Amino acid sequence: MAYKLNVNGKVLEADVEPDTPLLWTLRDTLGITGPKFGCGVAQCGACTVHIDGKATRSCVFPVSAVGAAQVTTIEAMENHPIGKKVQAAWMELDVAQCGYCQPGQIMAATALLAKTPKPTDADIDQAMTNICRCATYTRIRAAIKKASGQAVKA
Amino acid sequence: MTLELTGASRRDLLKASVVSGGLVLSFSIAPKAEAAETAGSQALNAYVRIAPNGLVTIMAKNPEIGQGVKTSLPMMIAEELDVAWENVRIEQADNDPKLFSRQFAGGSLATPMNWDDLRRVGAVARAMLVNAAATAWNCPAGECKTADGHVIHVSTGRKTPYGVLAGQCAGVAAPDPKTVPLKNPKDYKIIGKPKPQYDTKKIVTGAPLFGIDVRLPGMLYATYEKAPVFGAKVASADVDAAKAVKGVKKVFVVDGGTDLSGLLPGVAVVADSWWQAKKGRTALKTKWADHPTAKQNSALFDETAKKLAAGPAQKTLRKDGDPDAAVAGEAKKVEAAYFYPFLAHAPLEPQNTTAWFKDGKLEIWAPSQNPEPGRQLVAKTLGMKPDDITVHMTRCGGGFGRRLSNDYMVEAAWIARETGAPVKLLWSREDDMHHDFYRPAGYHFFSGGVDAKGNVVAWKDHFVTFGQGDQTSSSANIGPTEFPSRFVANFQLDQSTMPLGVPTGPMRAPGSNGIAFAMQSYIDELAHAAGADPLAFRKQLLGDKPMVGEGAGAYNAGRMQGVLAAVEKMSNWKDRAKLPAGTGMGVAFHFSHAGYFAEVVQATVNKATGAVKVDKVWLAADVGRQIVNPLGAMNQVQGAAIEGLSHALYQKITIVDGAAKQSNFGDYPLLRMAAAPPVEVQFVTTDYPPTGLGEPALPPVLPALTNAIFAATGKRIRSLPIDPSQLKA
Repeated sequence: MAYKLNVNGKVLEADVEPDTPLLWTLRDTLGITGPKFGCGVAQCGACTVHIDGKATRSCVFPVSAVGAAQVTTIEAMENHPIGKKVQAAWMELDVAQCGYCQPGQIMAATALLAKTPKPTDADIDQAMTNICRCATYTRIRAAIKKASGQAVKA
Repeated sequence: MTLELTGASRRDLLKASVVSGGLVLSFSIAPKAEAAETAGSQALNAYVRIAPNGLVTIMAKNPEIGQGVKTSLPMMIAEELDVAWENVRIEQADNDPKLFSRQFAGGSLATPMNWDDLRRVGAVARAMLVNAAATAWNCPAGECKTADGHVIHVSTGRKTPYGVLAGQCAGVAAPDPKTVPLKNPKDYKIIGKPKPQYDTKKIVTGAPLFGIDVRLPGMLYATYEKAPVFGAKVASADVDAAKAVKGVKKVFVVDGGTDLSGLLPGVAVVADSWWQAKKGRTALKTKWADHPTAKQNSALFDETAKKLAAGPAQKTLRKDGDPDAAVAGEAKKVEAAYFYPFLAHAPLEPQNTTAWFKDGKLEIWAPSQNPEPGRQLVAKTLGMKPDDITVHMTRCGGGFGRRLSNDYMVEAAWIARETGAPVKLLWSREDDMHHDFYRPAGYHFFSGGVDAKGNVVAWKDHFVTFGQGDQTSSSANIGPTEFPSRFVANFQLDQSTMPLGVPTGPMRAPGSNGIAFAMQSYIDELAHAAGADPLAFRKQLLGDKPMVGEGAGAYNAGRMQGVLAAVEKMSNWKDRAKLPAGTGMGVAFHFSHAGYFAEVVQATVNKATGAVKVDKVWLAADVGRQIVNPLGAMNQVQGAAIEGLSHALYQKITIVDGAAKQSNFGDYPLLRMAAAPPVEVQFVTTDYPPTGLGEPALPPVLPALTNAIFAATGKRIRSLPIDPSQLKA
């Protein structure tokens, strides 16, 4: 079935089965490979995208449920007022190790800051449930604080 | 959106000509495929190319798995080449042992194995540029110096950029790498300075970097279904049902072999998209033939281990003095049995490889930690010549030892050849969890004793592990010099094995990641039996002789005392009695991968639920005189400590009827943000050659945590992962 999807400000067509998760539509059909596959069951968050601004795990989100919603991926974060700050903080603190989970982490962090501009540690604990197998959590926390203009502990 | 395909053409142009002292230094014409900004580059050797505008391209030789070598190894070259870091461009090398010698990610060996050689690569290239300038200026090379990508004639101040000189290096003599002068470390401008990862911008913008991101024209997607019981053959599969699924292009059974590290029997489903391939696979309803491993179970292993421990050991690995006699006297005797489970590596990027078989040649893009053995495996399995196979190394979404095995690479190669089109094979998370080379479980049955002065008078460890006779399964061994060997006069290390049909392999700090928990917990038990401060007890055990043993088994007790003293101070250990009830501090140390690490954990145990919260980790590390990239080093060490906590708190693979029971992050949880404590790190520098730190930071944190839990609750954790129900007050 052909779907018209609003992705990163453009209308893109994808001819896929209705049960195809958005993740695979983005990656295999549309060639948007920033969202990553990690578990396929919404556990790890590597596939996180924004659907109408809300952090969503695209590996279990069927393409048929997207409708007219705006899908935003890591590829568009440079044009996102909060996303670009988050990316800058990530680069400045050199958060990544392998880097595989970081697109998803950045999408989750951007959604958090859009809702809660000055998150506390407890806010971060609650919102940032994505897995980082390299365990860069110390720097992820610090980068979120930095992007939100709060003091960062070394 | 397409991963840039470079390599094969370039490699042909870089001719390996001089092999000297482990270095390959060749001179060649410039490669044809250049990025615009480095157009017209001249190669000075296999690693270094310089563009007329002064931009320097440095090859990153080893696989990048998140340990930071794509940045840190080129830093070594750039330092001695004497160029500004911002003018350096880094390119991932292909697998090419003729040009780059051994290319792998393992054993925390990148720094120690390349520290000398790569600095010499940079120094030789620098000397060639100096010689070119000296020839042009008709002066002795000794009158010239270099700075920031320029050669300078000292007395006249005359100055020429490398970009100009690189084109004049043809025919210029390259000095012997073995004797080329190296910088005084006090003059370092790059080594020892914090440098963000070279790919950091690509990472945060989601650029295609990883194996899973490779896209080729006309590429198809594959899944490969194997038996849950390792090596079982296909009994039946509904190939037609799978073929009927929309988008599925090809379905076939692969006979495979019996080597658990190679191509195993299974069914391949190839489709236009991975989701379609996955749906096709579901339709297969594959049945598997009987296999003897199906009789194996974790519960049975536990039982067998106890039986083996009760009998005479199959082998004594080391015996000093007479532990039985020593403990029969006045000593306070302590017996304890320790267990750690199988673990899955679970790198976040599931296993994948893209392969393209064309005109009798095979091109492979793989996230592998060990590409050359992968190429050899593919050659052997497919009956090809290794020279007809090219392996491109992609960034790896984690490794942790899992990608030292190339099973997924050979599967992709086979499927691609059968399919006749470029194919990306991608495993599901469940595939990864069910087909790992697991960290082997282990059992330690201790008996020993302490005297009234806090001396360990006897130590016996009957290690029950997996294998056949003397031959242990991969990473299921223990060495006769493992601490406290040689620090206790009456010491015995015994070993017994039981057979295992489940593949095992190295996982971050192999051996040590389980052994440290057992050893350092039992040392804690002895300290408490002696009524001693566990940290002071350890200092006494380490003694005042700085070096114990020599060669590969040498143990520098002085360096361990150094990190122990550092972590004592950092954690304010002496004031731990002031901690509130339910909170405790534990300490542990461990030597592995040439690194000396001591760690203190503070943990709080909830009385009602038994839930463990790690409040903080203090970590002191001694990996020699030079940290190459402090920014990366800190990240590695903090991550290793938090990973170790994840092992201790959550992770366990259970073998049921010959298969791994756990299948995804729901039943194999990994530590997340809310449980991640701050990790305070201090690097203690000592005048020894720099060694690696991807691994040795991990092992001590597990016993430091379980020792902290003992301090908090009086309850001793002897089995991992920690079971909160046993910690309720």
